[in-house]
Amino acid sequence: MAQDGQTPPGLYGGGGHMHTPIAADAPPRRGAGTGVRGVLRDNLFKDTKNSILTVLFGAVILFVLIKTFNYVFITARWEVIYNGPLEFYMVGKDFRRTGISYEMLWAGIYTAVLAMGIGTGLGYNEESPPMRLGARLAMIGGPLVGIVFILSMTRTITPTLLTAGAGGVLWVGGQLGRRMPPVVRRRSGWILLALTFLAFGLITNFTPSNIDEFGGLLLTIVVAFAGVSLSFPVGVIMALARRSTFPLIRPLAVGYIELIRGVPLISLLFMGQFAIRFLFPPDANIPGPIFRAIIMITLFSGAYVAEVVRGGLQSVPAGQIEAGKALGLSPFTITRQIVLPQALRNSIPALIGQFISLLKDVSLLVIIGLQELLGIVDVVLARPEFVNQGYVPEAYAFVGTIYWTLCFSMSRAAQRLETRLGVGTR
Amino acid sequence: MTVVEQEIHTPTKPPFYRDVRVLRWVFQFAVVGVVGYALYRLYDNAITNLEDSGLPTGFDFLGNQARFAIPGLADSADYSIRKAYWAGYLNTLRVIVIGIPLCTALGVVIGVMRLSDNMLVRAVGTIYVEVFRNIPVLLWIFITYLVIILLNLPQISEEVTPFDSFVISNRGIGIPWFNPDASLLTFLGFVGIGLIAVVGVNLWRRKVNEETGQPSRSGLYGFIVFLIALAIGHYAAGNALSYEPSVIAENGRQIEGGMNIFPPYIGLTIALVLYTASHVAEIVRGSIQAIHKGQAEAAQAIALSTFQRYRFIILPQAFRIMIPPLASQYLNITKNSSLAVAISYVEITSIFGRVTNNATPALQALIILMFCYLTFSLGISLIANYFNRRLSLESR
Repeated sequence: MAQDGQTPPGLYGGGGHMHTPIAADAPPRRGAGTGVRGVLRDNLFKDTKNSILTVLFGAVILFVLIKTFNYVFITARWEVIYNGPLEFYMVGKDFRRTGISYEMLWAGIYTAVLAMGIGTGLGYNEESPPMRLGARLAMIGGPLVGIVFILSMTRTITPTLLTAGAGGVLWVGGQLGRRMPPVVRRRSGWILLALTFLAFGLITNFTPSNIDEFGGLLLTIVVAFAGVSLSFPVGVIMALARRSTFPLIRPLAVGYIELIRGVPLISLLFMGQFAIRFLFPPDANIPGPIFRAIIMITLFSGAYVAEVVRGGLQSVPAGQIEAGKALGLSPFTITRQIVLPQALRNSIPALIGQFISLLKDVSLLVIIGLQELLGIVDVVLARPEFVNQGYVPEAYAFVGTIYWTLCFSMSRAAQRLETRLGVGTR
Repeated sequence: MTVVEQEIHTPTKPPFYRDVRVLRWVFQFAVVGVVGYALYRLYDNAITNLEDSGLPTGFDFLGNQARFAIPGLADSADYSIRKAYWAGYLNTLRVIVIGIPLCTALGVVIGVMRLSDNMLVRAVGTIYVEVFRNIPVLLWIFITYLVIILLNLPQISEEVTPFDSFVISNRGIGIPWFNPDASLLTFLGFVGIGLIAVVGVNLWRRKVNEETGQPSRSGLYGFIVFLIALAIGHYAAGNALSYEPSVIAENGRQIEGGMNIFPPYIGLTIALVLYTASHVAEIVRGSIQAIHKGQAEAAQAIALSTFQRYRFIILPQAFRIMIPPLASQYLNITKNSSLAVAISYVEITSIFGRVTNNATPALQALIILMFCYLTFSLGISLIANYFNRRLSLESR
């Protein structure tokens, strides 16, 4: 047996077949088998131990699925979501006071989605490896389930149509970004910046102080977005300062980054609420609680963005800088024209990761009494028709689904972008 | 040749405003000056504002009486703010000392599951990671605390008391604990002496083994010596090892005796462990994938079982790669333990919140808080660096 120098049987499964010659043992089991039966055998029933694991974990999955199904479709009382408060979850309880119309809000959302589409379209790369079917299904299927769940709580068809429209705008933006002529492409950063400002302006009706009346998901997203975009310049400057050769400036940057990274965000938020007023001149106008929170979140996020950008700076090969020096460029020009474009391009996926973690961190605002997505749950549950009736699990499940859908789809997009940009593979 | 060089290097020194060496320092001093001035203004504002509102500007307030209750703190009638800080510090320590080992163990299991060659095992691992890390940890804390702990623990009036020495109720889980009347210090002293004796016995047995060839049996001897030390300690400290059962107090609303584990602590620790484990699992998976495939194949070639392959070949190498990112996750669990403030578990940040609410200067309180977290992060970095050094490859 095994005279032809093949892999001995038993190594790749098939224990107990020692007496049968290899040749008789149909196609050699290497990698994935062929056909449905082959795939099943290779992945689920390779040997006894594998089969036991399959049965065990199959039972666990089945149990969880049945429990979830039972909860979602039978026991859960979803009226705590669709019977009125859905608007609270989305925009907060005082949104009407701002006088911003929902048309304006949707226009702002569409503009933001268009900018996102263009951004992803710009990153499109013909040479990037195609996605595997399973990954593609997970990337689209997971968020789709979440979106369907959220939309099933609406009472009219309008939000569903508008959401579908947003999907269309995303696709259009992607196509635009992909087909941009080089002249426009070179200035795409400015276009994205302008679109973002326009979106922010439309959402706040061009008066930023309206944010004080925001709540729910809208507040979460606005604060996270403001935090990450304001902290971006801070982070870039701090990262450059930390990697610079200035002996006086470097310790300042190191001190800032390490100090902020050393304390929890909630302590900074407490400081923003209780202590920041001591730092303003005695006669100054102290900004509202949400703006103070944005200031602290920007400070906090700046330190983390700085570390992300520092990673990007380190990924630029030294030869690039040497080449710049050989051309006689000034240090400033080398940084501006050679190092930063490559460094920032490489740090985009990690920046998206930073945005995701900021989106999750914004939930901490509930502790200082602001009504973002997690805090609005208390507001809804305090309404007379829902108070003290044990609606907590439903409300948390709904809010959790929103968070999950947002974070999961963005993290998958970031992974995809990473392979497209070829970070770390060049 | 020399003439040409001299012509090129004629000492035409650039004017100082174009000399890079001068400009560098001017720029740096300018930046430091601006930052320093800004900080000075902030400090000046702070001092003025604090004095205007009649708040102290120093750290003397630490000796003041804290006017808030901390559940579980002995003689909770009156204590200073300093003591409150210390209690909060210990409570944070309690979370991370239990949380870090648990989240590591769970994370390693999930991470290995994600690399299984069984499709369903892989699926469970993937679902776990994707579900737990894409939902904010604060929501997990609320869910574990409110939904799992509070809604499912029995009311204190209908408490469950297994073996008559445990209490399970929504006021906490009481477990029997060591005799509180015994002198802890004496007992620990004897345990320490016992440990030193064990090391000594170990060395002696090894020497005997090397000189005479008798079996060393150091484990057995060490165990006996340690038991003797424990026994002496037990009696010397006044029945230290006898336990005190946990029972319901006579008023029927409290748990007495033993150790009472509060529901917020349980909820917080479970949530932090579940959430952090999903991040640890990703680190474990990445580190294992970074190990050369030949290592696993070699282990298979010498017929090691799957368990042996992971235990002796793959995980020891993967741990080397894992340590820096793991340390940063441990720092995260430490910082996330501050979210206990949302479910009123009184740890250090919660103390900070209460102190600042209580008309004490917030700035100084914040400085103390930063100092406390600094000790945690330094401690974790020290341990991580120790392991990093021990496990790093010996370069030849």
